Amino acid sequence: MAGDAHVSEAELLANLRAGEPAVYRQLVESNSANIYNVALRLLGDEQEAEDVLQETFLSAFKAIDRFEGRSKLSTWLYRIAYNASLMRLRKRKQITAFSLDQPLREDGEGDEQASRHLVDWSMAPDDQLLTAEARQVMDQAIAALPETLRSTFVLRDIQGLSGTETAEVLGITVQAVKNRLHRARLHLRARLSDYFAERAKSLQPAT
Amino acid sequence: MSTEHDHANCRELLGQFSDYIDGDLEAALCAEIEAHLAGCPDCQVMIDTMRKTITLYHTQAAAELPSDVEKRLYKVLNLEE
Repeated sequence: MAGDAHVSEAELLANLRAGEPAVYRQLVESNSANIYNVALRLLGDEQEAEDVLQETFLSAFKAIDRFEGRSKLSTWLYRIAYNASLMRLRKRKQITAFSLDQPLREDGEGDEQASRHLVDWSMAPDDQLLTAEARQVMDQAIAALPETLRSTFVLRDIQGLSGTETAEVLGITVQAVKNRLHRARLHLRARLSDYFAERAKSLQPAT
Repeated sequence: MSTEHDHANCRELLGQFSDYIDGDLEAALCAEIEAHLAGCPDCQVMIDTMRKTITLYHTQAAAELPSDVEKRLYKVLNLEE
Protein backbone atom coordinates (compact mmCIF):
# COMPACT_ATOMS: atom_id res chain seq x y z
CA MET A 1 0.00 0.00 0.00
CA ALA A 2 1.33 3.42 -0.89
CA GLY A 3 1.87 6.09 1.73
CA ASP A 4 0.70 4.01 4.70
CA ALA A 5 2.04 6.45 7.23
CA HIS A 6 0.07 9.31 5.79
CA VAL A 7 -3.30 7.67 5.48
CA SER A 8 -5.73 9.83 7.42
CA GLU A 9 -7.98 8.40 10.10
CA ALA A 10 -11.01 8.96 7.87
CA GLU A 11 -9.41 7.06 5.00
CA LEU A 12 -8.28 4.31 7.29
CA LEU A 13 -11.79 3.97 8.66
CA ALA A 14 -13.31 3.93 5.17
CA ASN A 15 -10.88 1.21 4.11
CA LEU A 16 -11.65 -0.81 7.22
CA ARG A 17 -15.35 -0.61 6.47
CA ALA A 18 -14.64 -1.70 2.93
CA GLY A 19 -13.18 -4.83 4.53
CA GLU A 20 -9.66 -4.64 3.15
CA PRO A 21 -7.60 -7.28 4.98
CA ALA A 22 -4.37 -5.32 4.49
CA VAL A 23 -5.88 -2.38 6.35
CA TYR A 24 -6.98 -4.63 9.19
CA ARG A 25 -3.44 -5.89 9.40
CA GLN A 26 -2.20 -2.34 9.49
CA LEU A 27 -4.55 -1.47 12.34
CA VAL A 28 -3.41 -4.50 14.32
CA GLU A 29 0.25 -3.89 13.59
CA SER A 30 0.21 -0.32 14.78
CA ASN A 31 -1.85 -0.90 17.93
CA SER A 32 -1.39 -4.44 19.21
CA ALA A 33 1.78 -3.86 21.25
CA ASN A 34 0.24 -0.85 22.98
CA ILE A 35 -2.98 -2.69 23.75
CA TYR A 36 -1.11 -5.71 25.07
CA ASN A 37 1.14 -3.60 27.29
CA VAL A 38 -1.77 -1.72 28.81
CA ALA A 39 -3.65 -4.94 29.52
CA LEU A 40 -0.51 -6.51 30.96
CA ARG A 41 0.07 -3.54 33.28
CA LEU A 42 -3.55 -3.43 34.36
CA LEU A 43 -3.94 -7.14 34.93
CA GLY A 44 -0.40 -8.20 35.77
CA ASP A 45 -0.97 -11.51 34.00
CA GLU A 46 0.36 -12.48 30.58
CA GLN A 47 -2.38 -14.93 29.70
CA GLU A 48 -5.14 -12.53 30.64
CA ALA A 49 -3.41 -9.71 28.78
CA GLU A 50 -3.30 -11.88 25.66
CA ASP A 51 -6.99 -12.71 26.04
CA VAL A 52 -7.82 -9.01 26.33
CA LEU A 53 -5.69 -8.26 23.29
CA GLN A 54 -7.60 -10.78 21.19
CA GLU A 55 -10.98 -9.72 22.57
CA THR A 56 -10.21 -6.08 21.85
CA PHE A 57 -9.57 -6.58 18.15
CA LEU A 58 -12.39 -9.09 17.74
CA SER A 59 -14.82 -6.60 19.30
CA ALA A 60 -13.39 -3.70 17.34
CA PHE A 61 -13.68 -5.54 14.02
CA LYS A 62 -17.28 -6.42 14.78
CA ALA A 63 -18.16 -2.89 15.84
CA ILE A 64 -16.22 -0.99 13.19
CA ASP A 65 -19.41 0.05 11.36
CA ARG A 66 -20.77 1.61 14.51
CA PHE A 67 -17.60 3.53 15.34
CA GLU A 68 -18.37 7.18 14.71
CA GLY A 69 -14.81 8.38 14.43
CA ARG A 70 -15.19 11.09 17.03
CA SER A 71 -12.11 9.89 18.83
CA LYS A 72 -8.97 8.48 17.28
CA LEU A 73 -9.10 4.80 16.38
CA SER A 74 -6.26 4.14 18.80
CA THR A 75 -8.14 5.84 21.63
CA TRP A 76 -11.20 3.74 20.83
CA LEU A 77 -9.13 0.55 20.92
CA TYR A 78 -7.59 1.55 24.25
CA ARG A 79 -11.05 2.11 25.61
CA ILE A 80 -12.28 -1.30 24.50
CA ALA A 81 -9.19 -2.89 26.04
CA TYR A 82 -9.58 -0.90 29.23
CA ASN A 83 -13.21 -1.96 29.60
CA ALA A 84 -12.32 -5.60 28.97
CA SER A 85 -9.52 -5.42 31.55
CA LEU A 86 -11.78 -3.74 34.05
CA MET A 87 -14.35 -6.49 33.68
CA ARG A 88 -11.70 -9.06 34.47
CA LEU A 89 -10.51 -7.11 37.48
CA ARG A 90 -14.05 -6.90 38.76
CA LYS A 91 -14.41 -10.62 38.39
CA ARG A 92 -11.33 -11.00 40.52
CA LYS A 93 -12.94 -8.69 43.06
CA GLN A 94 -9.92 -6.48 43.06
CA ILE A 95 -12.11 -3.45 42.65
CA THR A 96 -13.69 -3.99 46.02
CA ALA A 97 -10.31 -4.39 47.62
CA PHE A 98 -9.07 -1.14 46.13
CA SER A 99 -12.05 1.18 46.25
CA LEU A 100 -11.89 4.83 45.32
CA ASP A 101 -12.18 5.70 48.96
CA GLN A 102 -9.22 3.78 50.14
CA PRO A 103 -7.17 5.65 52.69
CA LEU A 104 -4.73 7.43 50.43
CA ARG A 105 -4.18 11.04 51.26
CA GLU A 106 -5.05 13.36 48.38
CA ASP A 107 -1.86 15.30 48.94
CA GLY A 108 0.18 12.13 49.05
CA GLU A 109 1.48 13.06 52.44
CA GLY A 110 0.99 9.59 53.81
CA ASP A 111 3.37 8.25 51.22
CA GLU A 112 5.96 10.81 51.92
CA GLN A 113 6.03 10.00 55.62
CA ALA A 114 7.31 6.58 54.70
CA SER A 115 10.22 7.99 52.78
CA ARG A 116 11.01 11.18 54.58
CA HIS A 117 14.68 10.61 53.99
CA LEU A 118 14.87 12.44 50.69
CA VAL A 119 17.76 10.80 48.92
CA ASP A 120 18.44 12.05 45.42
CA TRP A 121 18.86 9.00 43.20
CA SER A 122 17.71 10.82 40.09
CA MET A 123 21.18 11.40 38.70
CA ALA A 124 21.95 7.70 38.18
CA PRO A 125 21.72 6.56 34.55
CA ASP A 126 18.58 4.59 33.63
CA ASP A 127 20.49 1.48 32.57
CA GLN A 128 22.26 1.33 35.91
CA LEU A 129 19.03 1.68 37.84
CA LEU A 130 16.99 -0.76 35.76
CA THR A 131 18.30 -4.07 37.09
CA ALA A 132 16.09 -7.14 37.06
CA GLU A 133 15.44 -6.62 40.76
CA ALA A 134 14.53 -2.97 40.22
CA ARG A 135 12.10 -3.92 37.47
CA GLN A 136 10.46 -6.32 39.86
CA VAL A 137 10.14 -3.60 42.49
CA MET A 138 8.62 -1.32 39.85
CA ASP A 139 6.14 -3.99 38.78
CA GLN A 140 5.13 -4.61 42.37
CA ALA A 141 4.74 -0.89 43.03
CA ILE A 142 2.44 -0.42 40.08
CA ALA A 143 0.47 -3.56 40.86
CA ALA A 144 -0.11 -2.24 44.39
CA LEU A 145 -1.79 0.92 43.13
CA PRO A 146 -5.57 1.12 43.18
CA GLU A 147 -6.97 0.40 39.69
CA THR A 148 -8.08 4.00 39.18
CA LEU A 149 -4.57 5.34 39.72
CA ARG A 150 -2.88 2.48 37.90
CA SER A 151 -4.89 2.84 34.69
CA THR A 152 -4.29 6.60 34.63
CA PHE A 153 -0.55 6.23 35.14
CA VAL A 154 -0.26 3.43 32.57
CA LEU A 155 -2.07 5.35 29.84
CA ARG A 156 -0.61 8.77 30.53
CA ASP A 157 2.96 8.15 31.66
CA ILE A 158 3.83 4.72 30.33
CA GLN A 159 1.95 4.78 27.02
CA GLY A 160 2.35 8.51 26.64
CA LEU A 161 -1.25 9.40 25.83
CA SER A 162 -2.26 13.04 26.25
CA GLY A 163 -4.41 14.12 29.18
CA THR A 164 -7.39 14.46 26.87
CA GLU A 165 -6.92 11.01 25.33
CA THR A 166 -6.50 9.44 28.75
CA ALA A 167 -9.70 11.14 29.90
CA GLU A 168 -11.52 9.76 26.84
CA VAL A 169 -10.33 6.22 27.46
CA LEU A 170 -11.20 6.27 31.14
CA GLY A 171 -14.42 8.23 30.74
CA ILE A 172 -13.40 10.87 33.27
CA THR A 173 -12.54 14.58 33.09
CA VAL A 174 -9.08 15.90 32.26
CA GLN A 175 -8.93 17.36 35.77
CA ALA A 176 -9.67 13.94 37.26
CA VAL A 177 -6.85 12.52 35.13
CA LYS A 178 -4.50 15.13 36.57
CA ASN A 179 -5.54 14.39 40.13
CA ARG A 180 -5.19 10.65 39.74
CA LEU A 181 -1.92 10.98 37.90
CA HIS A 182 -0.45 13.12 40.65
CA ARG A 183 -1.44 10.62 43.32
CA ALA A 184 -0.10 7.72 41.29
CA ARG A 185 3.22 9.48 40.74
CA LEU A 186 3.54 10.30 44.45
CA HIS A 187 2.98 6.67 45.38
CA LEU A 188 5.35 5.27 42.81
CA ARG A 189 8.01 7.86 43.55
CA ALA A 190 7.84 7.00 47.23
CA ARG A 191 8.11 3.25 46.61
CA LEU A 192 10.98 3.64 44.15
CA SER A 193 12.74 6.07 46.47
CA ASP A 194 12.57 3.59 49.33
CA TYR A 195 14.23 1.03 47.12
CA PHE A 196 16.79 3.13 45.25
CA ALA A 197 17.82 5.11 48.32
CA GLU A 198 18.53 1.86 50.11
CA ARG A 199 20.48 0.57 47.13
CA ALA A 200 22.40 3.82 46.80
CA LYS A 201 23.48 3.45 50.43
CA SER A 202 24.81 -0.04 49.89
CA LEU A 203 26.61 0.97 46.71
CA GLN A 204 28.22 4.09 48.11
CA PRO A 205 29.22 3.65 51.73
CA ALA A 206 29.58 6.97 53.56
CA THR A 207 33.12 8.32 53.45
CA MET B 1 16.56 19.40 56.20
CA SER B 2 17.07 23.03 57.18
CA THR B 3 15.35 24.15 60.35
CA GLU B 4 14.59 27.73 59.31
CA HIS B 5 12.68 26.56 56.24
CA ASP B 6 8.90 26.76 56.39
CA HIS B 7 7.74 23.33 55.31
CA ALA B 8 4.06 24.28 55.35
CA ASN B 9 4.79 25.89 52.03
CA CYS B 10 6.27 22.63 50.69
CA ARG B 11 3.09 20.78 51.47
CA GLU B 12 1.05 23.40 49.71
CA LEU B 13 3.19 23.30 46.60
CA LEU B 14 3.54 19.52 46.53
CA GLY B 15 0.05 19.26 45.03
CA GLN B 16 1.21 21.25 42.00
CA PHE B 17 4.35 19.27 41.25
CA SER B 18 2.76 16.99 38.66
CA ASP B 19 1.31 19.88 36.71
CA TYR B 20 4.64 21.64 37.01
CA ILE B 21 6.46 18.62 35.55
CA ASP B 22 3.93 18.39 32.72
CA GLY B 23 4.24 22.08 31.94
CA ASP B 24 0.55 22.58 32.73
CA LEU B 25 0.95 25.41 35.23
CA GLU B 26 0.42 29.06 34.54
CA ALA B 27 3.52 31.22 34.54
CA ALA B 28 2.90 32.86 37.92
CA LEU B 29 2.59 29.52 39.72
CA CYS B 30 5.63 28.17 37.88
CA ALA B 31 7.64 31.14 39.06
CA GLU B 32 6.47 30.56 42.63
CA ILE B 33 7.52 26.92 42.51
CA GLU B 34 10.86 27.71 40.93
CA ALA B 35 11.59 30.36 43.55
CA HIS B 36 10.68 27.84 46.24
CA LEU B 37 12.89 25.15 44.69
CA ALA B 38 15.85 27.52 44.74
CA GLY B 39 15.72 27.52 48.54
CA CYS B 40 14.37 24.03 49.23
CA PRO B 41 16.62 21.10 48.30
CA ASP B 42 14.03 18.61 49.59
CA CYS B 43 11.39 19.76 47.15
CA GLN B 44 13.97 19.78 44.37
CA VAL B 45 14.72 16.13 45.16
CA MET B 46 10.98 15.41 45.16
CA ILE B 47 10.62 16.91 41.69
CA ASP B 48 13.75 15.25 40.32
CA THR B 49 12.93 11.80 41.64
CA MET B 50 9.30 12.10 40.50
CA ARG B 51 10.52 12.97 37.02
CA LYS B 52 12.96 10.07 37.13
CA THR B 53 10.21 7.70 38.27
CA ILE B 54 8.15 8.64 35.21
CA THR B 55 11.14 8.24 32.89
CA LEU B 56 12.03 4.82 34.30
CA TYR B 57 8.52 3.46 33.88
CA HIS B 58 8.31 4.86 30.40
CA THR B 59 11.72 3.42 29.47
CA GLN B 60 11.17 -0.07 30.82
CA ALA B 61 7.78 -0.53 29.19
CA ALA B 62 8.06 -3.32 26.65
CA ALA B 63 7.66 -1.85 23.20
CA GLU B 64 7.14 -5.03 21.22
CA LEU B 65 4.55 -7.72 21.23
CA PRO B 66 6.06 -11.15 22.04
CA SER B 67 6.20 -13.04 18.74
CA ASP B 68 4.17 -16.03 19.93
CA VAL B 69 1.44 -13.69 21.21
CA GLU B 70 1.48 -11.92 17.87
CA LYS B 71 1.24 -15.18 15.95
CA ARG B 72 -1.78 -16.34 17.93
CA LEU B 73 -3.44 -12.92 17.56
CA TYR B 74 -3.22 -12.97 13.76
CA LYS B 75 -4.54 -16.53 13.74
CA VAL B 76 -7.56 -15.65 15.89
CA LEU B 77 -8.27 -12.63 13.71
CA ASN B 78 -7.88 -14.58 10.48
CA LEU B 79 -5.20 -12.21 9.34
CA GLU B 80 -2.40 -14.68 8.73
CA GLU B 81 -0.54 -14.04 5.51
